[in-house]
Amino acid sequence: MRHLMTPLDFSVEELDQLFDLANDIEANMEKYAHCCAGKTLATCFYEPSTRTRLSFEAAMLNLGGNVLGFSEASSSSAAKGESVSDTIRVISAYAHICAMRHPKEGAAFVAASKSRIPVINAGDGGHQHPTQTLTDLLTIRSLKGRLDNFTIGLCGDLKFGRTVHSLINALTRYENIHFVFISPEELRVPEYITESLREKGISYEEETRLEDVLPNLDLLYMTRVQKERFFNEEDYVRLKDFYILNKKKMKLAKEDMLVLHPLPRVNEISVEIDDDPRAVYFKQAQYGVYVRMALIMTLLNITA
Amino acid sequence: MLNVGKIEEGFVLDHIPAGMSLAIYHHLHLADLDCTVAIIKNAKSNKMGKKDILKVECDIDKLHMDVLAVIDHNITVNVIKDGEIVEKKDLVLPKEIKNVIRCKNPRCITSIEQELPHIFVLADEAKEVYRCRYCEEKFDKRTFRWI
Repeated sequence: MRHLMTPLDFSVEELDQLFDLANDIEANMEKYAHCCAGKTLATCFYEPSTRTRLSFEAAMLNLGGNVLGFSEASSSSAAKGESVSDTIRVISAYAHICAMRHPKEGAAFVAASKSRIPVINAGDGGHQHPTQTLTDLLTIRSLKGRLDNFTIGLCGDLKFGRTVHSLINALTRYENIHFVFISPEELRVPEYITESLREKGISYEEETRLEDVLPNLDLLYMTRVQKERFFNEEDYVRLKDFYILNKKKMKLAKEDMLVLHPLPRVNEISVEIDDDPRAVYFKQAQYGVYVRMALIMTLLNITA
Repeated sequence: MLNVGKIEEGFVLDHIPAGMSLAIYHHLHLADLDCTVAIIKNAKSNKMGKKDILKVECDIDKLHMDVLAVIDHNITVNVIKDGEIVEKKDLVLPKEIKNVIRCKNPRCITSIEQELPHIFVLADEAKEVYRCRYCEEKFDKRTFRWI
């Protein structure tokens, strides 16, 4: 039985297979409409995340399966003090696969170690968010045709942004990736990540001004500054508007640069660029459903 | 120069960085042992300038070697029998340490689920880096919390 805890749980070859399946799902949705009939996905969300939860549920429903779950800790047995280990043992009796989001780092790992069903880490604190990464990779691969030879800018909250950490981890396995980390000093990429890049001989730079580096980028990954990751309101208010992508800045970018964003955005991407063909964040959300469909099928060993 | 007598049966921890002996005494729970323990601080050392030494008159099996290796794997462990050194044990960094150090990341799942074992995995042997099995937080010798 396999789980998905980090994007590195799958080899590059396995990811290729997953993405091929996702692309086939995209092209032939009807073929997969009943693949998971009789199967149930449990979405155990200990913190609110409507988007990710709905993406998982849409994926399972598109495959003809069922969904159950909870969407915040207060409506689950966690409010009564039940441990993650106990919860997953119980959920294992109710469902065939589980997607878990938890504010504490390593929660999904704890669940997987006690589970009788595949567990998908749907985000654990500021640690990992592998299905967002699979979404990001599928988007890039589908729209650019490759996952190597890019200069990718990551902008915004690089300290607490788990989507960023997971994406960096995943991209390090592809050839000739140059990272440009664009953030205020306070929200820099954690040291353990830059240390790992140095050890692997992967090039990166840390910048503070988005405008300075925009012309060099093949991909720009924007993130929001998440209020819930801050210990106090004052820091949040001071930093949240630090980097805003607008029409003026987009003029500096390459004509084929893609703008990605895990969503939801707050105001870091101006709505005035939504119609720019380079802005692919809504397509990205669609790819998120396809890749989760492919992932559910893969972890349940189901073929069309 | 102060002389501390030989021990007959037990072990001697030599080449402890000066000032660390009391910490090791604490972390190895030597206070719980009903045996003779000598703590020698700031002894002269050709190799280190100053060093600490711990002499403990009890069975070596009572020593939690993993803890010692994590504190400083350059410490020499001499096993004593009949007043003589019969064995020098090498301290090897364990691949995994369980319930020795506590993760200090407030966002780690171990911060709220008390029954979970605290597991750290050797991530980089050359740099002696351990990371929490759950949240991957780096174990820093300067700020760690012992169990």
